[in-house]
Amino acid sequence: MASLQKPARPISPRERREWLLFILLLGPNLLLFTIFTYWPLLYNVYLSFVRWNFLRPQKPFVWFDNYRSVFSSALFWEIVLNTLTFTVWSVGLTLVLGLALALLLNQPLRQRNAARAVLFSPVVMSGAVVAVVWSYIFDPRYGLIDQLLGLLGLNSPNWLGSTAWAMPAVIIVYVWKNLGYAVVIYLAGLQGIPRELYDAALVDGAGPWARFRHVTLPGLSPVAFFLSVTSILATFQAFDIIKVLTDGGPVNATTTLIFYLYELGFVTYDAGKAGVIAVVLFVIMLVLTLIQLRYLERRVSYG
Amino acid sequence: MALPDELVLARPVESVQARRQGRRWRLAGYLAMALAMLVIGLPVYWTLIAAFKTSAEIYGPPTWFPQAPTLANFPAAWNAAPFARFYLNSFITTLGGMAAEVFFAVTSAYALAFLRFPRKDLVFLLLLAALMVPVEITIVPNYLTIARLGWINTYQGIIIPGAAIAYGTFLLRQAFKALPYEVIEAARVDGAGHLRTLVSVVIPMAQPAIVTMALLSLVAKWNDFLWPLIVTNTANMRTLPIGIYWLRNSEGVINWGVVMAGSLFLIIPVMIAFLFVQRYIVEGIAAGAVKG
Repeated sequence: MASLQKPARPISPRERREWLLFILLLGPNLLLFTIFTYWPLLYNVYLSFVRWNFLRPQKPFVWFDNYRSVFSSALFWEIVLNTLTFTVWSVGLTLVLGLALALLLNQPLRQRNAARAVLFSPVVMSGAVVAVVWSYIFDPRYGLIDQLLGLLGLNSPNWLGSTAWAMPAVIIVYVWKNLGYAVVIYLAGLQGIPRELYDAALVDGAGPWARFRHVTLPGLSPVAFFLSVTSILATFQAFDIIKVLTDGGPVNATTTLIFYLYELGFVTYDAGKAGVIAVVLFVIMLVLTLIQLRYLERRVSYG
Repeated sequence: MALPDELVLARPVESVQARRQGRRWRLAGYLAMALAMLVIGLPVYWTLIAAFKTSAEIYGPPTWFPQAPTLANFPAAWNAAPFARFYLNSFITTLGGMAAEVFFAVTSAYALAFLRFPRKDLVFLLLLAALMVPVEITIVPNYLTIARLGWINTYQGIIIPGAAIAYGTFLLRQAFKALPYEVIEAARVDGAGHLRTLVSVVIPMAQPAIVTMALLSLVAKWNDFLWPLIVTNTANMRTLPIGIYWLRNSEGVINWGVVMAGSLFLIIPVMIAFLFVQRYIVEGIAAGAVKG
């Protein structure tokens, strides 16, 4: 294309017109990113150093007071632990169940495309409506789970009203909603493994398990890596299900970092602490993304 | 879980034993598939039947089928909250947000793929870096910005902060670069300017990629929850996901039939649309993961 040719003269008027058009076409998009994505990052850092309740005209600069008060509160570490619990269980279950289902749907079974569509359908549903539906399913007296447990002669726990069961409930709903995404990605990965590798393994006399261990798993590892990083990032951003299902409770049992940020900003109006949480979350996510980029780079150069 | 089935079948000469083993594996496969469908389907079925049950039945002994099917829950839900208005708000913000994203993605991708600019790679990086910033951590500063603009509780306040697009720009730039060079060159030789080339050559040829990108954007905007929740403060500006949340808060537990009927207002249109376009969405997502 034109962009590949080095200009013979320093800068032709035609190229100048291209520059102008480039700015016109790309400018609005970049301007919006500057205002609503990059500027907020800086402003979060600023907020994390001031004390402010969103109303008072002055915002006294308090250095690291907000950081100190966040990091020294037991609540913050409880919330970090909640976030880790939620992330580890959700991502672990999604990766394992997703792999099992993808291997299943990779078999020549009739109606497997329909099954893939059904599995994927919760992914396109609104998290809010999924959580509303599940709040009825979890109803300890009239819900679906109570009915099913009743068939076994068991009583349903008070899922959403108990500090012990609320987090498992949130994890169940989250995995139910997002499992189909992992299945679709795994299936794409499975289809990318060259058939010749399986043929070669067969010739070498490898059984089903050996083929799985030495061909399927290594072949899937890039996809599994992609999935684990994107799933971890997604759990850090999970908000709608928690807000609707438990509202972070009972007594903070399902409050994660992102939910805490929302509460500080829009319920308790503590802009400084909200800034601290936003900075913490940004650093965590930046590190995760950089790990992913490092890995992709290596894959490109060696693969 | 092992996967011998298709490999066993692929063998040219099958022994009786292998065939019997294959059949057993396939039966297990179908059973596992049915179980998975049940786990996904049962909650949806439970919602569906609740919407047609009377209150007495919902709060009575369990039933797997509505004993006296009623439609009363639907008008009750429709009247319990301004659902017509929620639909309108959702349509406006979804279509507006999607149109903005598609417009920005197409124009930005064209510029990045075909136009000269000094240090274009850096500009591209600046755009891609936005992918690393989740919208969730920008809510407080963006709320303040929108408040300063006087856009709280307005459509532009809901749409504009999420209108810029990095991922779609990236996808379309790839798609544009993969287009056959000769066709675009021919249009240029015929004297078409850049905008003519974009509208009459590049957009029609890259249509599948643009449709996929638009659908992904559509789903994301339709389901968006956090930002509309924050930036709206009256019932008449709420979108459907926020509306159903408030309906559950006021009617949940005491009136599940009405809440489930309201949930179906959201689920049914999405499921019908999904039937027709699921291939594009599924393939678009898979392509992003494997190639990206």
